[in-house]
Amino acid sequence: MNAAGNAAGFPILSLLTWLPLVGVVFIMTVRGSEEVVARNARFAALWTSLIIFLLSLKLWFGFDPAEPGFQFQEHLTWLPDFGVDYRMGVDGISVLFVLLSTALTPICILASWESVQTRVREYMIAFLVLETMMVGMFSAQDFIIFYMFFEGVLIPMFLIIGVWGGTRRVYASFKFFLYTLLGSILMLLAVLAVWYAAGTTDIAVLMTAQFPARMQFWLFLAFLASFAVKVPMWPVHTWLPDAHVEAPTAGSVILAGVLLKMGAYGFLRFSLPMLPQASAQFAPLMFALGVIAVIYTSLVALAQTDMKKLIAYSSVAHMGVVVIGIFTFNAQGIEGALFQMLSHGIVSAALFLCVGVVYDRMHTREIARYGGLAQRMPAYAVVFMLFTMATIGLPGTAGFVGEFLVLVGAFQVNFWLALLGSMGMILGAGYSLYLYRRIIFGSITRDDLRQMLDLSPREIAIFAPLVLLTLWMGIYPSSFTGFFDATVHAMVEQHAAALHAHDFASVTR
Amino acid sequence: MIAAMNWSLALPEIVLACCAMGILIFGVLQKANATFACTMLAVGALVLTGALVLSGASGSGYRGLFVVDPFADFMKLLVLVGAGLSVVLALDYNVHEGISKFEFPVLVLLSTVGMMIMCSTANLMTLYLGLELQSLALYVLCAFNRDDMRSSESGLKFFILGALASGLLLYGISLAYGFAGTMDFGELARALTFPGTASPGLIVGVVFIIAGLSFKLSAVPFHMWTPDVYEGAPTPVTAFMSTAPKVAAIALLLRALEVPFHGIFQQWSGLIVLVSIASMLLGSLAAIGQRNIKRLMAYSSIGHIGYALVGLAPGSQEGIRGVMIYMVTYVFMSAGVFAVLIAMRRRGRALEQISDLSGLSTTDPGLALIMTIFMFSMAGIPPFSGFFGKLYVFRAAVDSGYWTLAVIGVLTSVIGAFYYLRIIKVMYFDAAEPAFDPRTTSLTFVGAVGALVTTFFFVIPAPIVGAAQSAAHLLFG
Repeated sequence: MNAAGNAAGFPILSLLTWLPLVGVVFIMTVRGSEEVVARNARFAALWTSLIIFLLSLKLWFGFDPAEPGFQFQEHLTWLPDFGVDYRMGVDGISVLFVLLSTALTPICILASWESVQTRVREYMIAFLVLETMMVGMFSAQDFIIFYMFFEGVLIPMFLIIGVWGGTRRVYASFKFFLYTLLGSILMLLAVLAVWYAAGTTDIAVLMTAQFPARMQFWLFLAFLASFAVKVPMWPVHTWLPDAHVEAPTAGSVILAGVLLKMGAYGFLRFSLPMLPQASAQFAPLMFALGVIAVIYTSLVALAQTDMKKLIAYSSVAHMGVVVIGIFTFNAQGIEGALFQMLSHGIVSAALFLCVGVVYDRMHTREIARYGGLAQRMPAYAVVFMLFTMATIGLPGTAGFVGEFLVLVGAFQVNFWLALLGSMGMILGAGYSLYLYRRIIFGSITRDDLRQMLDLSPREIAIFAPLVLLTLWMGIYPSSFTGFFDATVHAMVEQHAAALHAHDFASVTR
Repeated sequence: MIAAMNWSLALPEIVLACCAMGILIFGVLQKANATFACTMLAVGALVLTGALVLSGASGSGYRGLFVVDPFADFMKLLVLVGAGLSVVLALDYNVHEGISKFEFPVLVLLSTVGMMIMCSTANLMTLYLGLELQSLALYVLCAFNRDDMRSSESGLKFFILGALASGLLLYGISLAYGFAGTMDFGELARALTFPGTASPGLIVGVVFIIAGLSFKLSAVPFHMWTPDVYEGAPTPVTAFMSTAPKVAAIALLLRALEVPFHGIFQQWSGLIVLVSIASMLLGSLAAIGQRNIKRLMAYSSIGHIGYALVGLAPGSQEGIRGVMIYMVTYVFMSAGVFAVLIAMRRRGRALEQISDLSGLSTTDPGLALIMTIFMFSMAGIPPFSGFFGKLYVFRAAVDSGYWTLAVIGVLTSVIGAFYYLRIIKVMYFDAAEPAFDPRTTSLTFVGAVGALVTTFFFVIPAPIVGAAQSAAHLLFG
């Protein structure tokens, strides 16, 4: 290994990325009756993901928050003649997403412990491969490597939705795959153009490369095609409700928790630093799409009768807020967007787990089938309450900080933008509380609901870390914002400088 | 002009031809059925030839009729790999179908000799001879199951249409000769160094040559024979046809267009763009409605040729490199897929419907996994090798500003992804059919080789990419 930059000799990012595949190999070699295989596969996957999570804590403790550039860098020659190399590294923007991925994977595996009974071996393999792809994507410091992981995510997710999904799983999985593929393959052309123009695909170099304004225009559109589908932004969000409804619980959790962050991460990582002029030029469009997403999908969420669909639409609304935050180009907005992404990653994941808890017992997601659960499931009611409040953005929970910062950032840009953006919080309170009331409160009218048992120890173990994180992020957010503060400030300054240089150039011309 | 014979440059071809004759005589003299022995000998001959190709020198021989350069070596090795894998695939299939004859590997070897000559051609006459030697053996192979109506039909159809294409090609060659006064690639290139001096007659000749070669490549609009012949021919022959001859024909087209006719690049480039777009569109759209998996693979191969031609259209070094990498990935994917198709057999009967794959992931997880890898790879999803093939050809198109071609290419690859996904869906999402007969070692071997190369191509792509790069560079130099 050619150590480069400020490399710590230990290749922690590669280890985190590729270690899940060791678990995969182990699971593949397990022999025996179906039951033995299933049990071993579960434990092997759990241990692998737990070890990876513990290893990833090294990033939490070892990351230097004052340094805005890439850290834990690794470099291996791959295609030396073409300027494409295996480069890994995390900066303030990506480090927490790596941690989010490694933290959610063991939770997902625990959540599927009992609900997945068929083809357990393949299921666990798919989740571990997914972890490789997610971690690799957030740690890639080379555009081609990033793209490989970015698109590779589709493979395990397609299988997870299609094999273990609900009744319309085939439709949902195809829609998910083809929608995202169409977007990302247009981005591939942009990657090729960037590669040709800059002669390298090193992200750190590309961030300082100045592309001509006209080229930026087209590159931005190509990136938008890919990232908008992933975010997802209105009007290309329609795959998300289908995918969420049909996916198994853990699939929804990872989809909402990590995969939805890929698009917004792409905007922050590529569009903003590499295409400053085009980003500024397109900002009004992005604001408009963000505001529409916030208001329209919140209203749609109000009308849903399926719990998962309701939360899926609320995700679209929350991601609209993130998009608004990113394109404010000020530190508050971007930090708010990052924080909102993290908190949404925890809270929406937890909400899907909450749905999973009752779904495992009743095998229906119809809101109308439930009611009065507080009487039989008090612990569940409390947990659900906490996450409902967090998704609304109650101060003291994770959801508040992100939305607040984004609105502060948006206010600096435009009063109306902030006003319309804040509609999301009001409508969010509407549909979330409405959902909560219909499920938890009221009197129990059905016999089968009386039989429901409260959270099992396994479920408590799943929710406990999420509850702690939600409160921690809400009460003491600076332990998270500290990670990306320096990087975001550097990025905002660089963006302003690039715009200024451009203006200056056009004035003197 | 180097007027030397340098016959030793063709040593690999000579050895392979002699081996073919030797195996034929050996097979005739054996009393018992010697198919297995002959097949193994054929594989040995292919390996020996490969070693000779690797160790051989470069240069021009036979008074300029024959050329050996890194490009030719690269393509020849690929042809040999394709032929070797197909011969192994035929082993059990032919036994099951009752056509286990020792002539099969001999014919494959003879056809391979023709393909190797195609890779090394430096004269329009050599081009034609190599092509015909290759095709004649293939016609026979298509009709190898002579008691089967479909096989005979496919052999006949292939022969008649192939003869027509050869006629077109020959007509084009004669026009080129008539207007340029030479058939030597080097002299043709010199005659065309001044743009504008090319006479219309010569350009018409080149169009005919492209048409003739497009037929061999099964590129649209000369693709009509492909689905029927693919469906009718014995499956190992289909496997062979979709790998080695495609490589040889692409090699021939690359060399013919880049070396002698590079001067009239402006004139032929548009034609290649057109053929490429049409192939990609037809390959992806027509495959959607197919139920027979061999027909599906026929349309898929038409599409793949379209993608390979994307790299040829810009006429640049990057493009040649892209095509070469594309063919490497394609040969391994394709051979692997056919290994899976040949394994589709229930109670001794060969199956060809896509629906027969239902629930394969539960009855034979290993086979389903292999097939899934190939399908994702053919759809161009990273990290599988098919992605890299597409990456390099599209890179070439983007570099040279062929944006229309690149955009249409990526859009058709999304459409194409649909039918590849459908096969995965059938295998993983649908309810299980009864299990297939146990697959044999030879099929597992070919499938595993293909899957391993396809999956791990991304780990160290540098050697293959580097070899393609230097070969493309020398072809231009």
